[in-house]
Amino acid sequence: MSAVAVPEIRHEVPVIHIRPSKGWASLRLDEVWAYRELLYFLIWRDVKVRYKQTVLGAAWAVLQPLMTMVVFTIFFGRLANVGSDGLPYPIFSYAGLLSWTFFADGINKSSQSLVSSSNLVRKIYFPRLVIPGSSVLSGLVDFGVAFVFMFGLMAYYRVWPTMTVLAMPLLLLLLVSATMGVGLWLAALNVEYRDVRYVVPFFVQLWLFVTPVIYPASKVSAKLAEMGLPAWIYGLNPMAGVVEGFRWSLLGRGPKPGSVLLVSVLVTVFLLVSGAFYFRRMERTFADVV
Amino acid sequence: MSAGAIRVRDLGKEFRIGSQRSNYKTIRETVVGLAAAPYRRLVRRGKSRPSGEKVWALKGVSFDVNAGEVVGVIGRNGAGKSTLLKILSRITEPTTGSAEIHGRVGSLLEVGTGFHEELTGRENLFLNGAILGMKRSEILRKFDEIVAFAEIDRFIDTPVKHYSTGMYLRLAFAVAAHLEPEILLVDEVLAVGDVAFQKKCLGKMEDVAKLGRTVLLVSHNMAAVRSLCTRGIVLDAGGLAISGDIGSCVETYFKMIGAFQESSDASAGRTGSAGFGKVSLSGRASKTSNTIHQSEPCEVSTLFRVGTDTAGFQIVCIVEDMQGRIVFRIGHDSQALGLSPVTIGEYELKLTIPALWLNAGLYSLHFRAFLWGDRSSPRYDSDKVPLDVTGGHSEVDSILHPEASWMMVPVVESAVK
Repeated sequence: MSAVAVPEIRHEVPVIHIRPSKGWASLRLDEVWAYRELLYFLIWRDVKVRYKQTVLGAAWAVLQPLMTMVVFTIFFGRLANVGSDGLPYPIFSYAGLLSWTFFADGINKSSQSLVSSSNLVRKIYFPRLVIPGSSVLSGLVDFGVAFVFMFGLMAYYRVWPTMTVLAMPLLLLLLVSATMGVGLWLAALNVEYRDVRYVVPFFVQLWLFVTPVIYPASKVSAKLAEMGLPAWIYGLNPMAGVVEGFRWSLLGRGPKPGSVLLVSVLVTVFLLVSGAFYFRRMERTFADVV
Repeated sequence: MSAGAIRVRDLGKEFRIGSQRSNYKTIRETVVGLAAAPYRRLVRRGKSRPSGEKVWALKGVSFDVNAGEVVGVIGRNGAGKSTLLKILSRITEPTTGSAEIHGRVGSLLEVGTGFHEELTGRENLFLNGAILGMKRSEILRKFDEIVAFAEIDRFIDTPVKHYSTGMYLRLAFAVAAHLEPEILLVDEVLAVGDVAFQKKCLGKMEDVAKLGRTVLLVSHNMAAVRSLCTRGIVLDAGGLAISGDIGSCVETYFKMIGAFQESSDASAGRTGSAGFGKVSLSGRASKTSNTIHQSEPCEVSTLFRVGTDTAGFQIVCIVEDMQGRIVFRIGHDSQALGLSPVTIGEYELKLTIPALWLNAGLYSLHFRAFLWGDRSSPRYDSDKVPLDVTGGHSEVDSILHPEASWMMVPVVESAVK
């Protein structure tokens, strides 16, 4: 195009070595960092596409947990009377649904993410962690909208946040990590085993019932104590710690999460680290199989 | 400029083949497979594994590319070209061997990867740029240039689902064409769009090549490969057939696909009723055989053997281009050649073809003979030999490229009065 194109001299020429890899690969998080703009654009695309051509747009982010809350309140709160640690049942269940919705959407989307972006995986190189990563993180937008609505609900029921709300960022980090950990496992498994896509929705449904969204965790710990088992066992479900932690942090009432939360943190770290390594191990065959 | 840019050593890639289904497993299959493994091992003992389960898409390929070289990767479908590019772009891992790449790599295996129908041209431009590895600031800087190249400025804020195929491809290529890596890996991008757009793409590729970037280009468009590339790599059935100057690589490729096949008659010529010997071809000035400049006459010679009594024969010389179109077909009969009557024996045939101003490229030449009164096997073909024409070249698919003299002077105003 231009006649004055002088090739610039670069002192630092990156060298790429390509050879068959064996065993467990390193995570190469520096590379994920180098591709952060792609991560940003993929999140932006997810969000943009989701709300294009929808009449209600971002209102969906509130409607989903809100309608679930209404149904839960009528059937579990009123009819079955499952209890809510002394809180109004609607706000009790909405606080639980806030984190649960993020988790359920996140693992649904990330488990499908590699397969549905197969055109990218087969044609372009980039750290594959970016794909399930963007699926999980794009849920933060919906989460944000639903979170703001939560404060409206709290004002309505005259439940004021206390100092415990300061723990929120850490709990959010825990929520994202737990979602990412499970999401990475499922995304990698879904490439190899296509049954995963049929299993996930069912699996998410079951998981809801073993997580204290509908009922308070105190009921479970009471039952566990009756059986002579320690309360922390419930924390093996990482979402048990997350949901209870969220409720405690937001509403400032109810039992302080102790051993359950601690065990959930440990399980989350384990899931995230093992998920990332498993994903990296499987990554090399994605382009051939997907 | 002679620094190594790409070093490939003994690269190989093994694939599992079979139906699409068998590529991925179901959990049930794995569980059943694990349970049945000891049993299967017992049964299989002594028997070899069933063949055809795995296939080497690429095997033992080694080559070097220097910085600034534009290398064409050619070969038939399934020869391993795309696999090679996928390995070098790190999309898939090799099974054996290694490769070393010095510099930032941009790969373009498809135009419009990651385009989303619902998003507008502008949004897709940013998204696609990011996918191809461009920074946001870089995209912003080149935004106007890309839009101008794609010729879609009026529709930049329209969702791409309303674009015509041409607009879509133009935008996609425009983004890709503005990538600035040191090493560019390109696969069949030139096969899209209409002729005018292809020409534009070729022009852009030429610019890239002139800027001293290293390019590895996979294409079936031999005219494009010949005009863009300085060197070639020919792959055949996963292996490296030859690597060298682009002219001989293209020739090897055409030989492979049968454009220059040896005719069955040529070998039978010694015993049959007639046949041709080796066809040789040279220009006046060119030293290398089979290569002529478009402006020079060319001399063709061969031996014609008559093995039976015949009243006479006709000989035709045919030149075809690589799409199989006949460039010319000229004939002469034995009477006009002063051979009457024809006796059994060998005849030397010499033909001088005047300067034809063919568009530079590869053509094939062969002879065909008809014996008079021979009903059983009426025609005899010689081998098809390559005719490599050098000189001026127009990218658009034309046969001739004559050197015309041009003149233009302003019309004098006063002459009208």
